[in-house]
Amino acid sequence: MTMLPEASAIKLGLVIDLDICVGCQACVVNCKEWNTSGYGAPLSDDDAYGAAPNGAWLNRVHAYEAGTGADARTVHFPKSCLHCEDAPCVTVCPTGASFKRAEDGIVLVNEDWCIGCGLCAWSCPYGAREMDPAEGVMKKCTLCVDRIYNDNLPAEDQVPACVRTCPTNARHFGDLGDPESDVSQMVAARGGFDLMPEQNTKPVNKYLPPRPRRAADDTPVSLLAMAQDATPSGFWKWVDSTLEKLG
Amino acid sequence: MRPAWSIIFFTSISGLGFGLAAWLVLGFVDLANPQHLLITGIATMALIVAGLLSSTFHLGHPERAWRALTQWRSSWLSREGVLAVLALIAMAVWGLYYTRHGAPPVWANGLIAALMALTVYATSMIYASLRTVARWHHPLTPVCYLMFAASSGLVAVLLVLAVLGQQISPPLLLSAMLAVASAWGIKIIWWQLAGAGGSGSSLATATGLGSLGTVRSIMPPHTSENYLQHEMGFVVARKHAAQLRVMALLVGGVLPMALLFLLAPVPLVLGVAVISHMAGIFVERWLFFAEAKHSVTLYYGDTH
Repeated sequence: MTMLPEASAIKLGLVIDLDICVGCQACVVNCKEWNTSGYGAPLSDDDAYGAAPNGAWLNRVHAYEAGTGADARTVHFPKSCLHCEDAPCVTVCPTGASFKRAEDGIVLVNEDWCIGCGLCAWSCPYGAREMDPAEGVMKKCTLCVDRIYNDNLPAEDQVPACVRTCPTNARHFGDLGDPESDVSQMVAARGGFDLMPEQNTKPVNKYLPPRPRRAADDTPVSLLAMAQDATPSGFWKWVDSTLEKLG
Repeated sequence: MRPAWSIIFFTSISGLGFGLAAWLVLGFVDLANPQHLLITGIATMALIVAGLLSSTFHLGHPERAWRALTQWRSSWLSREGVLAVLALIAMAVWGLYYTRHGAPPVWANGLIAALMALTVYATSMIYASLRTVARWHHPLTPVCYLMFAASSGLVAVLLVLAVLGQQISPPLLLSAMLAVASAWGIKIIWWQLAGAGGSGSSLATATGLGSLGTVRSIMPPHTSENYLQHEMGFVVARKHAAQLRVMALLVGGVLPMALLFLLAPVPLVLGVAVISHMAGIFVERWLFFAEAKHSVTLYYGDTH
């Protein structure tokens, strides 16, 4: 059913820290690895080893430069489905294949119903959906629904693959509907924001901005002075005093 | 947006079919002769069905297309499908009634014509409802679709009248010319207005990094074109847009109007008029997609 459910109390989603991400692409690779081998059709690639490889990926990392001159900074920018509260990709779906779960707000695609019309991808401002080139059905981030509720996995693995694999801890998973949750606290403390709020999609996923630059200490540090000030000891103290006597 | 031929054909031809159907049920052609009714009815429905079938060609799973009739409560695409099926059934029932009892009551004709118009409106809303494509998300978008369905349908009515050997009244000829002129008139206004204010989105809002200063893309997330760029990053002919608009106006507007105005309304002339008007609509529809920019292209460094 592609009518949106009543807003759920639990809003599972990701918080992505743009201050920390180093753009290593590990989350991209682990996302592909997990999601190609679990539920549904594999995430296929077309011409994977050829000149123009093309495939379905659920998570992409862009890189931007923000600011100019000495103030410019490089920001690595992971982007996957934001599991919007007012998800246009759900309501435009003509078949009922695209749906938002009432219990936790995760947006999913029923691959057995999807006709591959692509309208949901057109309706998504973020480019979170990609058509599978082999299967002809729409693919998207599932928030690793087959991990987070999977009691066969150790507790530390019951988070989305991208979160589990991030070596810098730039990705966090939790309930953004609960103001007391770690992720909500983090968003409140760091001024987490929505992507393209003007599109009225009310994304659940939040992004944390790069932290402000720390003010530089104006006094230049002289390494030479540090070296000259150092008082020698042991062998060098003997060399020093001997040379002074000779000199 | 990538202009898929199946979708261009679908929107243009089904628009023509529904436009023609609407004028037929409103009594613009005398269908008292059962043979005339049958031929005209089948030809009209064939146009509509050809358009609808064409729309399934771009699907990943055409065999599941029937599922698209289920979500009419939220989806304009689903509504379009449901309304198209209802319109086809209504037209068939209308024809059967005509053969048994003569011309159906006026209120029924009006209702069925309204159903045809509603179907074309639903087609246009598939695109006009998308906030992600600023150019489409405009109140005039459905007006353009409706106007072209009406104008192409009316020019086709002239052709049907000529083929069936029926009288074409001067007011009707004039109405067809006016319909063609006003359809292109609305389109010209749409070209000026739609999306002119931009989408309100920019790379600054897309990344949320605007407060740090100018944002620019320095590295794409993948090394070759992906689905998003293929589907939504179409830029090939934007530089030729101005010439193509003029071509659409000349072939789709000026030529059919000149034919209707200057030459005798015989089947050959009217056939060429229908074809040239449709050719113009094809170009217009191609531009409708090719010129439209999607907000996702911002992430790839497109400056809107």
